[in-house]
Amino acid sequence: MKNLHLKILALLLVLIGVGLCYYKVTRLGLPLLPTEQADVWTLEARIEFKARKDVPVKVQFFIPRQPAGYTVVDENFVSSSYGLTTEDDGVRRSAQWAARSANGYQVLYYRLHLAKDPSTPPPPAEAYPIKLETPDYPELLRPAVTAVIEEARSKSADPLSFGREILLRLNSGVADANVSLLRQDIQSPSEWAKRQIYVLAGANIPARLLHVLQLRDGVKHGELTPWLEIHDGHAWQAVNPQTAELGLPHDAVVWHVGTGPVLSVSGGRFGNAEYSVTRHAQEMTSVAEQRARQMGSRLMEFSLFGLPVQTQNVYRVLLLVPLGAFLIVLLRNVVGFKSFGTFMPILIALAFRETKIWWGLALFSLVVALGLMIRFYLEYLKLLLVPRLAAVLIIVIMLMATVSLLSHKLGVDRGVSVALFPMVILAMTVERMSLVWEESGPWEALQQGVGSLLVASLGYLVMSSSLLGHLVFVFPELLLVVLAATLLLGRYTGYRLTELWRFRSALRE
Amino acid sequence: MSWVDRLMPWRKLREQGIMGMNERNAGFTLRYNPRSYYPLVDDKRITKQLALDAGIAVPALYAVIEIEHQLENLRRILADYEDFVVKPAHGSGGEGILVVTGRSNGRYRLSSGLALTEDELAHHISNILSGLYSLGGLPDCALIEYRVDFDPLFDDVSFQGVPDIRTVVFRGVPVMAMIRLPTRVSDGKANLHQGAVGVGIDLATGVTFSGVWREMPVDHHPDTGGTIAGIRIPHWEDILALTALCDDLTGLGYIGVDIVLDRTLGPLMLEMNARPGLSIQIANRRGLLPRLRYLEGLNAIPESIADRVALARSL
Repeated sequence: MKNLHLKILALLLVLIGVGLCYYKVTRLGLPLLPTEQADVWTLEARIEFKARKDVPVKVQFFIPRQPAGYTVVDENFVSSSYGLTTEDDGVRRSAQWAARSANGYQVLYYRLHLAKDPSTPPPPAEAYPIKLETPDYPELLRPAVTAVIEEARSKSADPLSFGREILLRLNSGVADANVSLLRQDIQSPSEWAKRQIYVLAGANIPARLLHVLQLRDGVKHGELTPWLEIHDGHAWQAVNPQTAELGLPHDAVVWHVGTGPVLSVSGGRFGNAEYSVTRHAQEMTSVAEQRARQMGSRLMEFSLFGLPVQTQNVYRVLLLVPLGAFLIVLLRNVVGFKSFGTFMPILIALAFRETKIWWGLALFSLVVALGLMIRFYLEYLKLLLVPRLAAVLIIVIMLMATVSLLSHKLGVDRGVSVALFPMVILAMTVERMSLVWEESGPWEALQQGVGSLLVASLGYLVMSSSLLGHLVFVFPELLLVVLAATLLLGRYTGYRLTELWRFRSALRE
Repeated sequence: MSWVDRLMPWRKLREQGIMGMNERNAGFTLRYNPRSYYPLVDDKRITKQLALDAGIAVPALYAVIEIEHQLENLRRILADYEDFVVKPAHGSGGEGILVVTGRSNGRYRLSSGLALTEDELAHHISNILSGLYSLGGLPDCALIEYRVDFDPLFDDVSFQGVPDIRTVVFRGVPVMAMIRLPTRVSDGKANLHQGAVGVGIDLATGVTFSGVWREMPVDHHPDTGGTIAGIRIPHWEDILALTALCDDLTGLGYIGVDIVLDRTLGPLMLEMNARPGLSIQIANRRGLLPRLRYLEGLNAIPESIADRVALARSL
């Protein structure tokens, strides 16, 4: 086969490029399109207490651990003078703040940024909890508990349905002497949930208390909602303590597991925690980047996101140049376009990115036209080549400065960005155009000039596409695909489009 | 033309063996012309020396101007010559060439009828020295050489300028030839894309057969009205032999050789080109590829020039 080596190389490059890109899209969740945004929830806990004088302060606060269905984008603790440690015992995670002494009201913050991510795997099943002991119910409650359990037992098949049946019974609106007896001294939903666990234990059903934070945008002084989990013999199943429905509430995060208090303060009084929730949209890329970091993917460490922002911005432009170069390859070797120089149109196109296309075209034409006029005058002076080129360069720069000044005075600040034009290229354009003008006539010079501007405009369109810009920056490996295509075109021996026209006389016969 | 051809015109071009620019670059110039040999043809001074060493006739070199300083003595350098040609050693496409046909009132009369003062001529040469017409803009030198007194054979079919015979030579065998006739539009230049008429030559007999001007077939010269076809080129056998020799000179496998016919001196080799254009196919109304492929397929190319010329004539 012709060019087998080259074709295998190109195939390899495409495979590597597309493969890396595929991995990044499917595993790391990097978005293929630039506009994709993810909802990011910011959960904030504000802890407040009054410290006792001259007593070491220790605050223990339970915090969420890897909430199912969410990715932790960022997490931070605000605790000026406190020492901070976090602890994770496999079920619960807690933050401990400690200070040798503190005075007056103290405020600590815990902030968590979460992004929805359905692909987060559920936490692994925990070992079956320790054997339950049937509580020794007081005389007064025992008959009521037994009655509820017995009624439920007849209507259930397994521990889960048994437990839910008990919950249904406890929550039924129908006046039931046994239930009202069990509810009698209950003050809060949390106490009620604890009571339900207490009753479930009588039926030998392991259950535990969950503290759940519901994600609702704009919550200011929110509280944790008590929830239940019943062990069905294999895994914990969340159950609504009010309705016995299965599952966690919609958009909710398990904050703490267990009957113990979420916040405990030693060396302080009036400890209280408040929760607030806000939602905002964030670019998928930064979310994915965080997620990749969390997953410990080495790939993202070598991504361009690791660079300082300023360098990143430079690369956002630079990485587009290969696309422009590829366009030139297409236009010259496949279409057969003629323009001044090889890569000059791409550099002009880069300049157009700064000035925006119409301004760029207008300014380019203006500077080149004025430059040409002056260049013809220089011809009359019969200068040597290099001094003449230098003179054209100096004049072009002065022209640009003048245009910028004038447009600034006129209040058109767009003109100022003409200073970013690669002026050497403008000067060379002027020189080349004047040569072509003299040797092949104004018609040819105009044709080539317009051709260059056309190529530059096409280059601008390619290089200002936000989709392509996003693709090459987030998936720089796609440039390997561009490289492969360029290599293949390097061995393209077919006709150029313009040659079909050039050899048209051969077609006529 | 069937709809298939209309839809996919390249199929018909392929069928006719027309070679495109990409194919020429990838398949011939890149493959058969080692880059290191390019200076031999890019520098006309070296080309001329090589040709002289090999006994190939070239226009005599009167003088070489290499540095600006020499321009002060321009009058003395040119004193002996009534007519001459000034050209850049590294020029291409006929750019930067001045043909001085004589003098009047201390001015140099050009073939175009223009008259230049000595300062203007010096400025032109200075432009050549600073690389205005050279490939890549590198500093260059100017050659002053014999003005070809071209054969009156072409008087009827050329307008000013010098018609030249361009032959494409592959592996030492001439494969296709054409005459390039300057026109009013081409301003005395012999490049087809500048408006010269290209005329195909039958390799076997040396008789012209068809013309093309601006991609359109023509039978008459657009300016003089002379008939283009049927001109028998003198010294045809010699011309073929001369071009075949050029390959050995440079070591380049795929070249274009430009030859002019002098009234008294016969065929003179003007220059060689390592990237000959494709227009010759239009002038000959024939693709280069079948001939090139045939020669590519041969295991060995005959050593002797006579055999190569015979091979060329059989193509």
